[in-house]
Amino acid sequence: MWPNEFDYARAGSVDEALSLIGDEGKFLAGGHSLLPVMKLRLAAPEQLVDIGGIDSLRGISADGGLTIGATTTHAEIAASADVQAMCAGLASACGQVGDQAVRNFGTIGGNIAHADPASDPPTVLVACGATIHIQGADGSRSVSAQDFFVDLFETDLEDGELITSLSLPNCSDCQCAYVKFPHPASRYAIVGVAVCLKMDGGTCAQADIAVGGATVKAVKCGGAEAALTGSTLDDAAISAAAEAVKADIGDWLAGDIAYPESYRQQMAGVFLRRAIAAATG
Amino acid sequence: MQVSMTVNGVAHEADVDPRTLLVHFLREALDLTGTKIGCDTSQCGACTVHLNGKVLKSCTLLAVQADGCEVTTIEGLAEAGEHHPMQTAFWENHGLQCGYCTPGMIMASAAFVRDNPGASEAEIRHYLEGNICRCTGYHNIVKAVKQVADAAAAT
Repeated sequence: MWPNEFDYARAGSVDEALSLIGDEGKFLAGGHSLLPVMKLRLAAPEQLVDIGGIDSLRGISADGGLTIGATTTHAEIAASADVQAMCAGLASACGQVGDQAVRNFGTIGGNIAHADPASDPPTVLVACGATIHIQGADGSRSVSAQDFFVDLFETDLEDGELITSLSLPNCSDCQCAYVKFPHPASRYAIVGVAVCLKMDGGTCAQADIAVGGATVKAVKCGGAEAALTGSTLDDAAISAAAEAVKADIGDWLAGDIAYPESYRQQMAGVFLRRAIAAATG
Repeated sequence: MQVSMTVNGVAHEADVDPRTLLVHFLREALDLTGTKIGCDTSQCGACTVHLNGKVLKSCTLLAVQADGCEVTTIEGLAEAGEHHPMQTAFWENHGLQCGYCTPGMIMASAAFVRDNPGASEAEIRHYLEGNICRCTGYHNIVKAVKQVADAAAAT
């Protein structure tokens, strides 16, 4: 399949990329979300500005927290010792995207710009309080992952704006995990649950939880978090959280003929239990 | 758009339409038809090649994105007339039925064993999730890859 015709330009710097991008243009890095939708004619940008060669957009640095360049690939994030230590859930989620060939070239910036509700990393980014750093012609701004994901395939990103990096707090002292129920054919998440638990002795001092796959976007789950916070993660607290998570995602449910909304909602409770077990196990 | 890349050790330059996918460039401009087009949606792995040593589904990259890169296709895997060990293992274990997925399977598996000598059967099966054999002939494919992985661990 061939995409529609477009003009192609290669940018050597962020400033050059921002000066090149036109009204109907898109930025191209790995292209592993953008090119498939262009081939299927679900998108037809008139211009692609290739940012794949801009070194400053790529790489992982760990200095207090994590900073991940927008064109860092899923494979690089999954294999990073810093990410594994400081946000184990994100390393796990990035290691579950597509397959090795897709992870080798698909980038984290492209992933979140595409905002596929069944993708894995957004769920962890929302749970773990990531910040998305964005640059546009009028300057730069930062937005929380929770506010960045607006709706189905819809983000806070304006036309002509470029995601430059993501930052995450250091959660090396948290119990962090991402667990998903993969679709048996596509391996996309039917339900994906990210948990990040800060324990103080045997008590859960802070719980951060997000659900994706079952929803039109990754959703932060305050009810489930409240059910776990202050508990010893005993059976009663986990059961209460597994019940509360269904209400947390109630306004955002997505479904299809094989896995309807009600089923995914039920599975969110099941997979929250598994994510807690994986985080604390 | 002018593009230059080294494919199987040979430097190529060409003027391409920007929307040319790498797989089309390899098959149609360079006549390297060993690389197949299967699903054309990044799922089946029939178009797997190596780009700068990493496995890539060549239906999901523009030829212009590979500018300045080194590409290896199934035609370039054998060295000095000798089959790559993975090609030999697929031959010895009959790791194919119709053969359509074979170039992609071999390219993916060769990179995997290079990076993971001694891989277990479970790891091989997990890794090959991005390469689909529609004949469902996985048994001998996995056997072939395991043979090379075991030999790589022993050396």
